[in-house]
Amino acid sequence: MDLDYFKLIDRIVDLNLGERTIVVEAQVPEKHTIFEGHFPGFPIMPGVLLTEAMAQSSGWLLLGVLKFERMPFLAIVKEAKMRGFVSPGQLLTIEAKVEHEGSGFAVTKAKGRIGKDLKCSAEITFGLTPFPDPAFRVHMDAMAEKIGFPMQVLKHD
Amino acid sequence: MSSTFDQIANIIAETCDIPRDTIKPESHAIDDLGIDSLDFLDIAFAIDKAFGIKMPLEKWTQEVNDGKATTEQYFVLKNLADRIDELVAAKNAGTGA
Repeated sequence: MDLDYFKLIDRIVDLNLGERTIVVEAQVPEKHTIFEGHFPGFPIMPGVLLTEAMAQSSGWLLLGVLKFERMPFLAIVKEAKMRGFVSPGQLLTIEAKVEHEGSGFAVTKAKGRIGKDLKCSAEITFGLTPFPDPAFRVHMDAMAEKIGFPMQVLKHD
Repeated sequence: MSSTFDQIANIIAETCDIPRDTIKPESHAIDDLGIDSLDFLDIAFAIDKAFGIKMPLEKWTQEVNDGKATTEQYFVLKNLADRIDELVAAKNAGTGA
């Protein structure tokens, strides 16, 4: 996780376009100023960041489903549940599944776990739009390579 | 079995917290009920799920923007119900939605 740049996903573990699922890992840093305030003496990941991590995981899944032809932008978060504390240094595993692909939007369900323990879940809706400019697409390609997005699966789907 | 309009009206009432009895077949989703684009995403998801279809919102929007259709054709609820019935019929006939 690079909290300063809001890049919350470190690695794609599995992307299954047939099943429309993704599994990613996100290493919560040991130290960050966020934990100094949230909370002093009891550092935990803010729920909004867990929600964002679930959204980013879903976003990578949708980019795969859409073959990087459109960009998913966060629109609606429903049923966001913070089920347990996530602490500095823990490895968060997030799985997401496409619940529905509509016309110009898509809905996913995501779950975050530490080990086997479910820590957060949400239903997330995205608006799907063309990339605002080519540079944005180039940036996302570079990000995809960095987190191990399996570009080869796009050719076999 | 409730009519397509009734199903749509119930979805809108529940999704947008609009009193059910104010939602009429003649109601325009945007102009009369004040439904914005974000709420309409929620409604579209619920309608797609309820009817097993994929409403072609982008195509409809494009037609309106190009002047080939009016918003009334798609967003007055009785007309929306007709469009949904057509999509369901096309799906059942195997011709796609």
